[in-house]
Amino acid sequence: MLTFTLRRLLLAIPTLLVVSLVIFLLVDLAPGSPLSEIPLTVPPEVRQKMIEAMGADQPVFVRYLLWLRQFFWVEPATLIDGWFGTTLAEGEQRILSWQSRSPVFTIIGQRLPQTLIVIGTAYLVGVLIALPIGIYSAYRQYSLFDQGGTLFAMIGFSVPTFFSGTLFIIIFAVWLGWFPTKYDTQLEVVDWATFWEQIRQMALPVMTLGLANAAAISRYMRSSMLDNMAMDYVRTARAKGMSERTVVLKHVLRNSMIPVVTVIALGIPTIFGGAIITENLFGVNGIGAALIGAIHANDIPMVQTLAFIFAVLIVLFNLIADVLYGLLDPRIRYD
Amino acid sequence: MTDASALPKPVSQNRAIWNQFRTHKGAVFGLVVLTLLILFVVVGPWVWVPEKLKVAEAIRLKNQGPSLRFPLGTDQLGRDMLSRMMLAGRISLAVGLVAMLIAIVFGTLVGVIAGYFRRMDGPLMRLTDMFLALPLIPLLLVLVMLFRDRIASVVGPELGAFTLIVLAIGITSWMATARIVRGEVLTLKEREYVLAARSIGARPNRIIRRHILPNVVSPVMVAATLGVAEAIITESVLSFLGLGFPPDFPTWGRLLFDGLQYMQVYPERVVWPGLAISLTVLSVNYIGDGLRDALDPRIRGR
Repeated sequence: MLTFTLRRLLLAIPTLLVVSLVIFLLVDLAPGSPLSEIPLTVPPEVRQKMIEAMGADQPVFVRYLLWLRQFFWVEPATLIDGWFGTTLAEGEQRILSWQSRSPVFTIIGQRLPQTLIVIGTAYLVGVLIALPIGIYSAYRQYSLFDQGGTLFAMIGFSVPTFFSGTLFIIIFAVWLGWFPTKYDTQLEVVDWATFWEQIRQMALPVMTLGLANAAAISRYMRSSMLDNMAMDYVRTARAKGMSERTVVLKHVLRNSMIPVVTVIALGIPTIFGGAIITENLFGVNGIGAALIGAIHANDIPMVQTLAFIFAVLIVLFNLIADVLYGLLDPRIRYD
Repeated sequence: MTDASALPKPVSQNRAIWNQFRTHKGAVFGLVVLTLLILFVVVGPWVWVPEKLKVAEAIRLKNQGPSLRFPLGTDQLGRDMLSRMMLAGRISLAVGLVAMLIAIVFGTLVGVIAGYFRRMDGPLMRLTDMFLALPLIPLLLVLVMLFRDRIASVVGPELGAFTLIVLAIGITSWMATARIVRGEVLTLKEREYVLAARSIGARPNRIIRRHILPNVVSPVMVAATLGVAEAIITESVLSFLGLGFPPDFPTWGRLLFDGLQYMQVYPERVVWPGLAISLTVLSVNYIGDGLRDALDPRIRGR
C-alpha cells in the first residue's frame, strides 16, 4: 500500500508539471494581456518601467520557472516561517498579485475561510441528506419513497445551481423574507446574536450547493446499496436470524460505503469549481470570487496561481480517493 | 418440429430498442418535453413575429407585465421577452449540440486509437488524465476572457462568441467519451470476428470502420445525450458569470444573467430562462437514462 501511494505520488508530479505549464502558457500567451492595455499616452520609458516592475520583461520560460519555484519553494517556506519563526524564505520574492501588489497567497489566506465555511458546510449537509435517502431508497426499491428520491436526484442533477440559488433567493429572501439575499462577509461571530445572523445568511448558499451535491451522492449510495443487497452474505446474515436493522445498517451499509467514500472524496475539488457560481450569486467573498475578480482585472499571477491550486486539489483528491479505496476494501490490493 | 406460432414474432432491432425505450416513463416524458422545446425555439419565431417598434415606442413599453401583446412581458429595453426566449433557446440548443459533436468526435477518435493501437494507449491516456486534472470552469472563464476580443475581431462578435465557446466546451469535455470508448474497444478487439477479419488480411482502418465503430455506437450515443445537457449547463454558467454571449445575441443563460438585476421586481425574467434550461437538461438526462436501458441488450426484452 505504501509503495502504491508513493508510486502514485511520483506519477502525480509530471501530471502537475504539465498542467502547470498548460495553465501558465494559456494565461500568459493569450492576447489581451494587461501589457497591451497600458494607455498609449504613457511615455515609452515609463511603459518599460511598468513592464519591468511587473516582471513581465523576462522570457516566458524564465518566468515559468520562477513561478514554479515561488509556488513550490518560496510560498511553503514562507508558511513555515510564519509558523515557526524561521527565516527560510527571507529575501525571496513571493508571487505578487498585479492588482494589489500584495502576495497572492496572503489574499488566498484571507479569502479561503469564507469559502471553506460555506462550501464545507454545504458539502457536509449534502452528504448528510444524501446518505439516508440513498440507503432507504435502496432498501425499499421501487417504493413511493424510492421514486420520489429518483425524481429529487434527477431534478438536483438537472437544475443548475445558479437557477436553484436564484429561485431560493426569490422565494425565501424576497417573498418570505426569512433570510438575507446577500452574504455579509464583514460579519464577525462574537455572540449568539451574530452567530444566529451567520446561520441565517449561510442558509441559502448552503441549501443551494447542498441539494446539488446530495442529488449525485444519493444516487451512488442507492446503487451501491442495491449491489450489496443481492449478495450472498446478506442472505446468510438474514438466515442467521439477524434483525433487519443489523443486516442493513451494519453489513450492507459498511460494504456499500466503500465506493461512496471515494465518490465523496472525488467530489471535493469539483465543489470548489461549483463554488465560483454560488459565491458569485450570494456575494460570498471567497476564492471563487477572487478568481472572477482577477480574471476581470487581468491579474495574471493571481489567475495562474488560483487555477493551478484547483488543479493540485483535483490531483490530490484523486490520489486520496484511490488510496482510500485500497485501505477500505481489503479485496483490492494494488501491488 | 417446434411450434413456430408459440414464439413471439421477431422484431427488428430498432423496433426492440423503441419498445424498451417506451417502457421508461421518464424517457418518454423527456422526449415529449424536448420535442416541445425544440418546436418552441425552431418553429416559434415564425409563428410569433414580434412587432417592429421604434426605439422611442419600445422604451415607453419597457418592463411590461404579461399581456396579449407581449405574452411574457417586455424587458428593460422594451424588447418582447417571448421572442427573445425563442431566439435565445435556438442558440443555447445549438451550442449544446455543436459542442457535444466536437467532444464526441474527438473523444471517440482518441478512445478508438488508444484502445486499438497498444503503442498509443499510454500517451493518449496520460493526455486524458491531464485534461481531467484541469480545473475546467476557471480555465473556460480565462479562455473566454482572453480570446474573446481577438476572435471577435476576425469573425465578428456573434459568430466569434459562438465559435469560441463551442470550441472551448468541446475540447474540455471529450475525456469521458474517450475513456468509455477505449474500454469498449479493448474488449471488442479480442472478439473472434475481429480476429477473423484480421486473419483474412483486413487493415486496421477497415476493421475499425466495419467492426469496431458500429459496436461502440450505443455507449457513444448515451454519452452524447448527456454531453448535450452538460454543454448547455456549462454555456449558461459562462453566460451567468458575464463571460458568455453578448446581450444582443443572447442564450438562456445570458437572459437569466440579465434578469438577475431586476430579480426583486420582475422575478419572472429569471424564472423563464432558468426553467427553460432546467427543463431541457432534465429531459435530455431522462432521455439518456432511457437510451442506456434501451440500448443495453441485457436489459432489453426483460
